Amino acid sequence: MFEELRDLYQEVILDHGRRPRHGEKLACFDAEARGNNPLCGDRIDLTVKYGPQGEIAKVGFAARGCAISIAAADLMAETVAGLSVTAAETLSRAFQTLARTGVPPALDPPLAERLERLAPLASVHEFPSRVKCATLPWHALHAALAGNKEASSE
Amino acid sequence: MNAGTPSAPLDVMRLRADFPILAEKVHGRDLVFLDSAASAQKPRAVIAAMATAMERQYANVHRGLHWMSERTTEAYEGARDAVARLLNAPDRHEIIFTRNSTEAINLVAHSFGRGVLRPGQAVVISEMEHHANIVPWQMLRDAHGIELRIAPITDAGEIDMAALEALLADRKVGLVAITHMSNVLGSYTPAARLARLAHAFGAKILLDGSQAIVHRRVDVQVLDADFYVFTGHKLYGPTGIGVLWARRELLERMPPFLGGGDMISSVSFARSTWAAVPHKFEAGTPAILEAIGLAAAIAYVEAIGYEAIAAHEAALTEHALALLAKIPGLCVFGAAQDRGGVVSFTLESAHPHDVATLLDRQGIAVRAGHHCAEPLMHRLGIESTARASFALYTTQGEVDALAEGILKVREFFT
Ligand SMILES: Cc1ncc(COP(=O)(O)O)c(C=O)c1O
Repeated sequence: MFEELRDLYQEVILDHGRRPRHGEKLACFDAEARGNNPLCGDRIDLTVKYGPQGEIAKVGFAARGCAISIAAADLMAETVAGLSVTAAETLSRAFQTLARTGVPPALDPPLAERLERLAPLASVHEFPSRVKCATLPWHALHAALAGNKEASSE
Repeated sequence: MNAGTPSAPLDVMRLRADFPILAEKVHGRDLVFLDSAASAQKPRAVIAAMATAMERQYANVHRGLHWMSERTTEAYEGARDAVARLLNAPDRHEIIFTRNSTEAINLVAHSFGRGVLRPGQAVVISEMEHHANIVPWQMLRDAHGIELRIAPITDAGEIDMAALEALLADRKVGLVAITHMSNVLGSYTPAARLARLAHAFGAKILLDGSQAIVHRRVDVQVLDADFYVFTGHKLYGPTGIGVLWARRELLERMPPFLGGGDMISSVSFARSTWAAVPHKFEAGTPAILEAIGLAAAIAYVEAIGYEAIAAHEAALTEHALALLAKIPGLCVFGAAQDRGGVVSFTLESAHPHDVATLLDRQGIAVRAGHHCAEPLMHRLGIESTARASFALYTTQGEVDALAEGILKVREFFT
């Protein structure tokens, strides 16, 4: 009965949703932001630690929300580690397109490979009410990188 | 309490045939619509009344000196009569059409709040209000120096009457604004007792009947209310139409809410004077077709009978609570003695949104989220719930499907 849902809730997503690897705020961080989805009450508190070159060294978050939003946040934390801020923003835009359309936009090889790791989330585009669950962490990341404290998926 | 004595049972299958949408399929499955508390589906009688008006008898109201306008005015004013009868209002002029409950409450917060209450007075709401009955009072508090007090609820989801009485003791409270039935917990509040208590301390009472009037007969004179609001789309009527009933002497003392056409008696650039109630509060062209649709919805509900509807829904709710109690890891919120057909729950293994998506794939529509009641979510110590709500067209089979559906969700996530 849930065959078509196996796309949305792939094993990777269920796994990251249940046991996020980065699901704690960093004790020592350089930037932070809160993401809010006022319509459904999802919330993420995101912390970012920069490396010596100003690249993103580490992302940690505390979130409340559904399996999709927790998994999306965790996969994001995993894929942006080591990226420059500019590259992370490019990846962010690409991911948002992927989540809305299901089609990955063309990217240069190193980033394309990272986008591929996010592919399990592509099927949210078939569930319009759930797209925001997957994109909220990215809005929060954008706010943190820009030095803002608040992001909203609205 | 007054859940109605079982009268002739509803022939649900026959009634379902009145609602064309219930024959629709979702994801290839029969639609099981358990989200009527958000907005109810419409019977053919409502659809036809609105279509017929547009096809055969439509013009602006209160304006044209021609046949079409006169007939349409009769139909619009006839809807006011229908609402007055529904609520047993003593005077048809006490019925004001608004866009929805939200606008009706905003009207009271504006016109009664600023026009009659004085800075330093207080308004009491409860912990289980919809945002529609919270935010307008916060705006009044911030703009007009009115204190906002919050009456706590008990763990069962009932108004804590002793605590409410304590909030009224200093006689500063000018208005108690409380839901007549919680859209999250399903609790009916003891409206007549609330009114007596408010009046004993010199306060007026507003009841938010958005949910309550869908399931039970409401008599504003028996309740001894001062303000009663509801919204048409939850009562099987169209969107865009709501009702404020208020005692005439209050309406007379209240300044207008919106200004414009239809609400004046005369206008010059120096000053305008207001029309008599209810028109003073109905600025601009009203929701004519929607009022006609609402009248059809009321006629539909009355023809079935509130007593039969209440008995049917009480049986469904009892059945649902019994089935859900058997599901491990499921928690139902609210255990009021007097409750209606709204059941909020969480599941240990899955977030409410995931529950809703998985139920949706089985054709079952429930709502998930904070249900526009964030402060109540805080009180319950949660962020959101899934909510199933029942209507006159809900069947026992659909409740069974819900329980089976939840079991499948549980399996999926464990
Ligand atoms: C208890 C309660 N009050 C107020 C409202 C607001 O109704 P509306 O959105 O039609 O104004 C609702 C429904 O959303 C409700 O359930």
